[in-house]
Amino acid sequence: MKRLVYCNCSFARVLAPEVKSRVLDGLAASGVAFDAVPDLCEMSARKDPALVQIAEGDVTIAACYPRAVRWLFAAAGAPLDAERAKILNMRSDSPESVLASLLPSAEESHA
Amino acid sequence: MSFRVALYEGDGAQPFEDAQRSAILRGLLDKGYRVSSIRKGGTVAGANEGSVLVLGRFGDGVPANAADGSIPVQFHNVDGMDAPAITALVEQGRAATAAPEPGKWKPWFPVIDYSRCTNCMQCLSFCLFEVYGVSKDHKIQVQNETNCKTECPACSRVCPEVAILFPKYRHSPINGDEVNSDDMRREAMKVDISALLGGDIYAALRDRSAKSKSRFSKERDEERAIKERQNCLVKLSKEAGIPPEVFASLPSPEEILVKAEAAKLRAQGALEKAEQAGLEKVAPSS
Repeated sequence: MKRLVYCNCSFARVLAPEVKSRVLDGLAASGVAFDAVPDLCEMSARKDPALVQIAEGDVTIAACYPRAVRWLFAAAGAPLDAERAKILNMRSDSPESVLASLLPSAEESHA
Repeated sequence: MSFRVALYEGDGAQPFEDAQRSAILRGLLDKGYRVSSIRKGGTVAGANEGSVLVLGRFGDGVPANAADGSIPVQFHNVDGMDAPAITALVEQGRAATAAPEPGKWKPWFPVIDYSRCTNCMQCLSFCLFEVYGVSKDHKIQVQNETNCKTECPACSRVCPEVAILFPKYRHSPINGDEVNSDDMRREAMKVDISALLGGDIYAALRDRSAKSKSRFSKERDEERAIKERQNCLVKLSKEAGIPPEVFASLPSPEEILVKAEAAKLRAQGALEKAEQAGLEKVAPSS
């Protein structure tokens, strides 16, 4: 089963509020289970064990630049598998394109 | 200890309206809470520490509080409650545990891209706040994230390989965007400038400090000295994007030199140990 993770980047204003809002609304209305985290940076700094769980298996993460996300996970001792982890960039991509990439993944999570 | 919320809409609970679900999620996330939205099908990360508060429209059938192994799980019926009331309920639930209040620290700290890092230790010898350290296997690592000065990306600017990221920084490539050839050209220029200064920025600082002391002792103009120092800081602040608060929190010039010397010695020691251990310096990426 594929896991979906949404990062709200709650503690900084680097993601456009309308992008975050539309992606979160789209996920919430999609009818699939997902994890919403306030801030992956904060979790990485705390070495949150939840990151290890997230990094296990197939996962799609809606957050920011893939290079940043990969090394945040690595810094927490939870390296992402390049083949099994997909990272979507809400900092540069439109909410429509992020959701279009997330929701096919979500369909797989029902399989 | 962590605290997590599960918004439950599986068997035994009524679903939320879409708009209400979004409002609940947004309210909790903005306050710094992690939320798993549990629906029929799909999967979310399980809890492996801390405690879990499960919210749902359970009607009269609220499950009894339980434990998942050593993790306490509390259930709460939120039928009829709006998003702000649910956020308040979660705040109360968190306060009753040993979990810290979220959102008290802006997570600003460097992240190392080890695909680019050559373990040169320049960041270790540059940082005055002991953010960096060395792992047991002699590799540079970020060890004291909370020591980092919010909004200050200065160490990323001394990294010759653009290997230091600050994900919450505004500009590319320090924010984690891919590094392009223009970025590498800028880095090469930066190293050349450092070489022009004698390859050691602190030695250059010390030299300038000695020269300026000599000049000021002749001129005896303290007001002018302060003005020059302020102008220099404003210029640095603008050019390097370093917030004025960072300069305000810096120790005195003498303390800076002592700290810089100590950091340099730590870096040299780490490099020597790495060499003894046969750890080759990684070739820079192209």
